[in-house]
Amino acid sequence: MIEMKKVYKKYPNGIVALNGLDVEIKQGEFVYIVGPSGAGKSTFIKMMYREERPTSGQMVVDGINLATLKNKKVPLLRRSIGVVFQDFKLLPRLNVYENVAFALEVIEQKPAAIREQVENVLDLVGLKHKARMFPTELSGGEQQRVSIARSIVNTPKVVIADEPTGNLDPETAWDIMHLFEQINAKGTTILMATHNREIVNTMRHRVIAIEGGLIVRDVAGGDYGYEG
Amino acid sequence: MKARTLWRHFRESLKSLGRNGWMTFASASAVTVTLLLVGVFVLIMMNLNKVADDLENDVEIKVFVSLVADENQIVELENDIGNMPGVDTVDFSTKEDELTSLVMDFGDELSLFEQSNPLFDVFYVKASEPQQTEVVASEIIQLENIEDVKYGEGKIEKLFNVLNTGRNVGLVLILALLFTAMFLISNTIRITIVARRREIEIMKLVGATNWFVRIPFILEGMWLGILGSIVPIALVATLYYNVTNFAEPRLSGEMIQLLEFSPFIYQVSALILVMGVFIGIWGSFMSIRKFLRV
Repeated sequence: MIEMKKVYKKYPNGIVALNGLDVEIKQGEFVYIVGPSGAGKSTFIKMMYREERPTSGQMVVDGINLATLKNKKVPLLRRSIGVVFQDFKLLPRLNVYENVAFALEVIEQKPAAIREQVENVLDLVGLKHKARMFPTELSGGEQQRVSIARSIVNTPKVVIADEPTGNLDPETAWDIMHLFEQINAKGTTILMATHNREIVNTMRHRVIAIEGGLIVRDVAGGDYGYEG
Repeated sequence: MKARTLWRHFRESLKSLGRNGWMTFASASAVTVTLLLVGVFVLIMMNLNKVADDLENDVEIKVFVSLVADENQIVELENDIGNMPGVDTVDFSTKEDELTSLVMDFGDELSLFEQSNPLFDVFYVKASEPQQTEVVASEIIQLENIEDVKYGEGKIEKLFNVLNTGRNVGLVLILALLFTAMFLISNTIRITIVARRREIEIMKLVGATNWFVRIPFILEGMWLGILGSIVPIALVATLYYNVTNFAEPRLSGEMIQLLEFSPFIYQVSALILVMGVFIGIWGSFMSIRKFLRV
């Protein structure tokens, strides 16, 4: 599903974010990306959906070679990847339904298909009854559910989440994690960068620790490994 | 592109115009001023060109026949000139005819000269191409029994020089205005883009193509151009309608004529509209390029 070989990333300001990183992630895996701030986690995540491109090295996501991918083809890559952020990135002037449908409208899906898919996915995240409400009328957890619904509405093979529980209280964070597990159970690969020790240590999955632009630990069912 | 998508883009671009009301007004006004000047300039230049053409066509070569030439030589001369390449018509006018027309133009006092006519017999020669007037004239003067040759020497050249200078100055002015209008439009579009940055970010994250993101802004620029061209078209058409109405009875029968209201004004209107659309689209392209780099 995701394969990186000797991926090296140097920013124009001279900072080396990834220093020859190797990794392989299979379809259907649930992977935590952990590590201190500035270790290269974000760069690693951003590379998956081609927000950043590797300076050198090989990188394949869902059969697409990102090292040679032309800018024009980036939209196609992104249609097979769902992305969730800490700050939800919802559009305040659209209601819940419209926010989710937006993702399908801009890739020119048929209206009938959009309606069906959006309703299904809102049902899955448990927000069908709030479809007409606006983001500002929802709690943080509910907003994150909307954003997750948007990320999976196009049934991507992989969902990439950058600290999805970072802005949520512990209880809500657990709800969101259960939602991710549910999505993972259907065969979707989940890649999640997180600082939440409790979650990583309780909901056991593969843990990849990145430090200094390299993978320093890669354990199936591992623990968070850093102090609080 | 699918019709549904196009409809969506239309809606988005129109909504955005409404949302940035004052900027829309400002940029459309800039386009209006620019296009108004372009329109008036085109009206003036095209008509001056027409006048120059008319004058050019009016240029005759006046050939003065030497006094020593007898009737046979005159007939021979008429044939020679008529057979020259580039000559359209040759009209002969005796010195008596010449005097009669002088008397008609300047009054009876000149009829004194009827006793001893100081004028020459004259050929009026017209070149088939106005530009060849000079060549034909220089050939005629080499024939025998020719006293002198006269034509609009220099006047036409002067007129064209004036026209060309006027045209160049006008073009520079208009180019400067075009850039100002484009700059204002690109600023308006930039504000729209900044206001919708988050939306664009999400669009790109979920895999919208670059064209999908761009088209609403390009359409918005196009609307600005079209909005800006309405007033100039109306004003220029009204202006020209009145000008032609005023000038037509006064110029009837004259050599110089203005261009007819129709179809000229439709061509000018189309030009104004096309320029408006062009300014708008180009203006939005300039700001999109900066903001939407992948």
